[in-house]
Amino acid sequence: MTISRKDIEKVAVLARIKVDDEQVAALEKDLGNILDLVDQLGAADTDSVEPMAHPLDAVQRLRPDVVTETNQREAFQAIAPATEDGLYLVPRVIE
Amino acid sequence: MHNKSVAELSRELESGKVSSVELTQQFLDRLKAEDGKYNSFITISEEQALAEARAADELRAAGKATAWTGVPFAHKDIFCTNGIRTTCGSKMLENFVPPYDATVTANFKAAGAVCLGKTNMDEFAMGSSNESSFYGAVTNPWGLSSGDKRVPGGSSGGSAAAVAARLVPAATGTDTGGSIRQPAALCGITGLKPTYGRVSRYGMIAFASSLDQGGPMARTAEDAALMMNVMAGYDPKDSTCIDREVPDYTATLNEPLKGLKIGLPKEYFSDQLSPAMEEQVRNAIREYEKLGATVKEVSLPNARLAIAAYYVIAPAEASANLSRFDGVRYGYRCEDPKDLMDMYTRTRAEGFGTEVKRRILVGTYALSAGYFDAYYLKAQKVRRLIQQDFINAFKEVDVLMSPVSPTPAFKQGEKNTDPVSMYLEDVFTIAINLAGIPAMSVPAGLVDGLPVGLQIIGDYFSEARLLNAAHQFQQVTDWHQREPQ
Repeated sequence: MTISRKDIEKVAVLARIKVDDEQVAALEKDLGNILDLVDQLGAADTDSVEPMAHPLDAVQRLRPDVVTETNQREAFQAIAPATEDGLYLVPRVIE
Repeated sequence: MHNKSVAELSRELESGKVSSVELTQQFLDRLKAEDGKYNSFITISEEQALAEARAADELRAAGKATAWTGVPFAHKDIFCTNGIRTTCGSKMLENFVPPYDATVTANFKAAGAVCLGKTNMDEFAMGSSNESSFYGAVTNPWGLSSGDKRVPGGSSGGSAAAVAARLVPAATGTDTGGSIRQPAALCGITGLKPTYGRVSRYGMIAFASSLDQGGPMARTAEDAALMMNVMAGYDPKDSTCIDREVPDYTATLNEPLKGLKIGLPKEYFSDQLSPAMEEQVRNAIREYEKLGATVKEVSLPNARLAIAAYYVIAPAEASANLSRFDGVRYGYRCEDPKDLMDMYTRTRAEGFGTEVKRRILVGTYALSAGYFDAYYLKAQKVRRLIQQDFINAFKEVDVLMSPVSPTPAFKQGEKNTDPVSMYLEDVFTIAINLAGIPAMSVPAGLVDGLPVGLQIIGDYFSEARLLNAAHQFQQVTDWHQREPQ
């Protein structure tokens, strides 16, 4: 399975990872090799097989709708790169 | 003291021969003096350790001690520790000090154990050699005297090296595709990957959520059982955790193995395994026969598909889990972002290492529009086929035995330029994670002076039986007591 330069660039945007031009060739090779490895799956007959999400087929539990956690905004924001007035700061989005 | 097991240290403390403060200080002094050779720790939390030791001595004086009270150990740097930096081996979390404890961390605290610090690991647990850590590679204590620097395995390589080098008697690990068992094997220690859902994943930084499982790494099966007594249990904070009674894992260690039915999966004794490794593993299995076990060949016909399924499922789940590292709420943020997109893309390009980015990109590709069914859904179907093989095998036998890794510890730099060759390192361990069953690595011999691990695989929730089988083996062999040469 080959993966093209265009595929790498598209996936990098989706993954929000900046990929420099000089890295693309190495990624084409590495990702191509990984996808070759993965292509063995095609040989398996899985027509009547249910996909497995949890080894014990457990399903999501529901909990009672009651307050269990208290607000710890200050503790959580103390480790943020940039905050102001209890808000997280990011570069301007709207001009 | 540094050669003693957790069980022995616990008895020393109980007898009053040593206080936890004295013991902790001895271990800290040794750790600081010796770890330059191994780089097995990312953070040593001396101040907090001594505070925990003082509290442990007070608990003991008040008659409230458990088996763990005052005993030193370490956490893999993937478990969040309130107030102590938790990096997950990544630059992304270089300055991350969690405001909360993982459930596993909290459990050890409640038992009165003394955490000396956080052990090195492959970045975000992605690797089989510990060379992908932002904090430098870990060196295996074995083989050092010959002048070669060998890998300790990964991703829990720091924990394995630290236990093997007698820096700590025990350490936590996590295992997504072999990350407890393979480093345990390569460093000659005992490790257990529990059943998926047996140990809470809350506060354990996520790599592949449907595969990740925390577990014990120690020198003896008895110590691993003592760790399981603390680690296992239901946790409402982990929605995939299983609500099921936790046995006392030490209670059944001494049960005889007479009549134990052992299956040898023929696919795991293939030409991928070096003849010298195979000889050691077969010798170990003969010890089990002497203990009264019977052996038969079994087949896991879909095991050959495990690596392929894993390298869809694990990267796909990783790409989703690691999307949280966006430079907004915690962790690394790039300098002078010019807009929001620039901030995201440069933060992630600069904060993640090569292997992590590679897996995020593979996972993103596998989950992207038009590919989901062909990759992720297909892999999940193959996963069920692999699980069914194990279910069928356990209708015939009690446990399966196999090698853990195809070769002993390899040299640093030998495999880290080719991702696929590194992935094949986990060929005997990965199917177990896909099935969600428990498995152990037990020291079972030496090849060229390097440790060989025996893998013991069990049915769901059979941890007590695996620990019993490992403990009985350790009563008649001394591989687990060998010190690195």
